[in-house]
Parts: sequence; C-alpha cells; structure tokens
Amino acid sequence: MTIGLTHYLTVAAILFTLGVFGIFLNRKNIILIMMCVELILLAVNINLVAFSAFRGDILGQVYALLILTVAAAEAAIGLAILVVYYRNRGTIAVEDVNMMRG
Amino acid sequence: MDFSFAFFYLFAAVLLGSAFMVVAARNPVHAVLFLILAFVNAAALFLLLSAEFLAMILIVVYVGAVAVLFLFVVMMLDVDFAELKQGFLQYLPIGALIGVLFLIELIAVASIIVTKGKIAGTPLAVNAVAQGARNISNVKAIGDVLYTTYVYYFEGAGLILLVAMIGAIVLTLHRREGVKRQNISAQNARTKLAAVELRKVPFRQGV
Repeated sequence: MTIGLTHYLTVAAILFTLGVFGIFLNRKNIILIMMCVELILLAVNINLVAFSAFRGDILGQVYALLILTVAAAEAAIGLAILVVYYRNRGTIAVEDVNMMRG
Repeated sequence: MDFSFAFFYLFAAVLLGSAFMVVAARNPVHAVLFLILAFVNAAALFLLLSAEFLAMILIVVYVGAVAVLFLFVVMMLDVDFAELKQGFLQYLPIGALIGVLFLIELIAVASIIVTKGKIAGTPLAVNAVAQGARNISNVKAIGDVLYTTYVYYFEGAGLILLVAMIGAIVLTLHRREGVKRQNISAQNARTKLAAVELRKVPFRQGV
C-alpha cells in the first residue's frame, strides 16, 4: 500500500475547507479568522510540497518557503493592527469595525 | 515492511482533527494550542515527503514565532471570548454547505490531475530528479536554486519581512504621557562646560 499524490492533495483540500469553514463560523472573532487564514496557507504549502515531491522538482519547495515568509509577515502585521485597534476601542468584535463608514 | 502509509494516516488524522478543533474550540487559547499541534503534524507530513528543510522551517517559523505571537495576543487582550462565540451556530448551515461543495470540487480537481494529468500516481522517490541523481541533501538542493536562479525572490522575501517588522514596531509603539525617559541626544549634547561649574569659594564664608 503506497501513499500517492491524491492522498496528500485530499488532506490539503480538507484542511483548506476547514479553514474556509472556520472563517464562516467564527466571523465575529478576528483572531480565529487569522488562525483560519494560517490553516489555509498551510494547506497550500502541503499542496506545493506534495507536487514538488511527486514531480521531483525542487521549485515547489522554494515557492512554499516564500509563502511561509508572507504568512509570517501577515500574522505579524495583522496582530499588530489588532493590538492597536483593541487599545483604541477596547473590543475586537468584527461588527464594531465601522469607523470608516461614510 | 514499510510503515510510511501508517504514519501518513496518523499524521494526517491528527492534522485534520486539530485543524477542526482550531475552528470549534471554545477557548481561544486551546485553539492556538491546537494550531501548534496542526503545524507540528504538517511538518511530519513534510518529513514523509522528505522535504526536511521545510519541515524544520515550519516548526521554527510557525510554531516558534507565529503561534507564540498568536498566544501572546490572545492572552494580552482582555476580551470576552464567550460573547464573541455568540451566534456561532447561526452560520453553521451555510458554512457547512459551502464547505462541502468546496471540498467536493477540490477533491474532484485533485483526482482529475492525478488520473488524467502527466503526474505519476506512484510516489517518485522524492526529489529524484533534483537530488537523487546528484545524491545531495534537501537543504543543498533548495540552496542551489534559491541562491542562484531565484535570488531576487529570496531578497524580496527578506524585504517583505523587513517591512513587516518595521510596520509591526511602528504600529504598536506606544508613547505614554508622564513617563520619564532617557533622552540620549540631550545626554550626548552635554559638555563639561555646560554641566560643571567651578566657583571660587571665599575662605570661611561658604558658597
């Protein structure tokens, strides 16, 4: 019994779907939304690494490395914005983010 | 006897289970801890694909930096998370519907790629083309292309991280009123002439 490319792609697809599902379910809590975005990026990375391994092309892993960089930067900036927002408003509920509304 | 399929199913099951718990956990601290578990298991999957460098980077960057950052923020913000959890089940039907549709599409596309595409369904020994022929490690195979062909992308990634770091510092830098701070330029600007005054004190009279 061997593990094929389909197995990895299925795991990544389920992980991606769980991330999207989480964004729908936790649409009030922005920290959980950001965690779900991390899950989605992880699913994309699993796809890239699986293709890289099964095609024998190292480029997929290089690309996964760049995605990892962007994910780390996104988490840092997002959480910084969140902290500043909490300091100003005292809440992080997504529904209250309407200061810019005209 | 090759046990790699058993390990694949173990790691994949724990990965998906902990990912589900990230979504469903009541306590956000638990959600972050499950996120860490998911990252560790994804790193194990990368090891099964013999992408050792990415597996270690995943643990260092995601578990060591990103997840700990999440943990800090969750613990630092004094938020009533139970209130945010209100109406959690309100979006369950639409979310589940979209999720299932999405999953079916993704798996259909994946199986089409594997069956109709040119990619072999049987595992090539990983990096067979990139490393196997030359018998080099995964790290060297990545470094060989990352520092030569894709060096501009690599530097762009470094630039992104620099901008993120500066942005995060500038955003969260907080100047409180009424705090005595060290003023380094004022300190350095002091000279002996400005700071020390020599006086001739008359005898038996004092200053």
